[in-house]
Amino acid sequence: MTATDALPSTRRLEWQFAEVRDVLVETYRVKTVLLEPAHPLGHRPGQHVDVRLTADDGYQAQRSYSISSAPEDKLLSLTVERVADGEVSPYLVDVLRVGDRLQLRGPIGGHFVWTSDTHQPLCLIAGGAGVTPLMAMLRHRDKGRRLAPALLIYSARSLADVIYRDELDAMARRDESLSVIYALTREQPKDWSGHRGRIDKTLLAMACSPASRMPAIYVCGPTSFVESVSGFLVELGFDALRIKTERFGPSG
Amino acid sequence: MDEPPISPGFKSKRAQQNPGNRVPPGQHVTTDFPILSAGPTPQIKVADWKLALQLGGRLLRVWSWDEFEALPQTTIKADIHCVTTWSKLDTTWQGVTFDDLIKAVGLSEPPEPYVMAHCDGGYTTNIPIADLVGGKSMIATRFDGLPIAPAHGGPARLLVPHLYFWKSGKWVRRIRFMPKDERGFWESRGYHNYGDPWKEQRYDGD
Repeated sequence: MTATDALPSTRRLEWQFAEVRDVLVETYRVKTVLLEPAHPLGHRPGQHVDVRLTADDGYQAQRSYSISSAPEDKLLSLTVERVADGEVSPYLVDVLRVGDRLQLRGPIGGHFVWTSDTHQPLCLIAGGAGVTPLMAMLRHRDKGRRLAPALLIYSARSLADVIYRDELDAMARRDESLSVIYALTREQPKDWSGHRGRIDKTLLAMACSPASRMPAIYVCGPTSFVESVSGFLVELGFDALRIKTERFGPSG
Repeated sequence: MDEPPISPGFKSKRAQQNPGNRVPPGQHVTTDFPILSAGPTPQIKVADWKLALQLGGRLLRVWSWDEFEALPQTTIKADIHCVTTWSKLDTTWQGVTFDDLIKAVGLSEPPEPYVMAHCDGGYTTNIPIADLVGGKSMIATRFDGLPIAPAHGGPARLLVPHLYFWKSGKWVRRIRFMPKDERGFWESRGYHNYGDPWKEQRYDGD
């Protein structure tokens, strides 16, 4: 007996076609691709898909991208940052056009997910493009019953690097139980009253729900960001088992 | 499905995609060492570290760091393949092979056909014995000759290089023999139960 037949397997996640319905410019190096898959995915916020591109010589490359749309949204959105020496991301950001088709499969991942039927306070901490799966959670939360307070701390290099800024600000304006805090690490506007520099222990201690309220914590961003933020959170007394992390590697 | 759609203008940017056919389908070579973990990195002092081998309700043996370091040391040079599509070639690890662990507790062969590796942070992963014995796996304590960094699973991680790298559990603390296969952490969250990179067994049902 081999390991593969020891347990019942579920249905395979098949590759399927998806057509590009729109491409939105988010920042100078980030775009959102709105896709219509042949078969709806039924994802949970925080999950990702694998995208596969095929060149005319048959060469194929696949990469994982977090889903930034809510399950309730009509189209599936992927928000992609151009990786300078990348292979897939520059194509998605610079070349892909409305009407193009690509292959994807998913949804994938059963750990870094959040649905609005949970009651604990929600604490989301994003570094750069790590905001994308957290945005799916906030969009999902925005469409449902808002039971628990939510917080997004979002670290970006400058205001021009903040993805979804208008939407986040509008969401926070109409929802008193949501706070959005931007931390700008490299460049701040002259009149900037928000956080300057990287997310530190003091900011986390001040902004997050106290550990005693057992917030559900999601941290997503580049590896060094996730390492430092999750390390601070553990030092502040948050239960390591309640801190879910997703590290964005340089996978291009 | 039908033929995949061609993306006009999309082409490979990598000069040599697959040196010596060492890169499994759907993978690409990276020279750095990305980190993927489900939670915060535990900071474990070797003075507090212990590794246990468990059979049923009993611990066959518990090693302290010093006792573990005194076991026979082996070096494995291998290519590693992460399910997120990166592969890293020619990585060098040092540690204690699974065969030597079995010997160290006085067994001539593994008592059960499966194990569950239990790691700090609640992570688990299941592996058939056949994939651990015969020099195929180790509990690694050094990478490239140096102690393994905490973010990469230090002080000790499992190394099963011929399976997708989530099977090489970081921060391993207890290895439990099982008469029947059970699913570990990622294996019960949509990932493949076995994870052979050459068969592209990434997700459940692949």
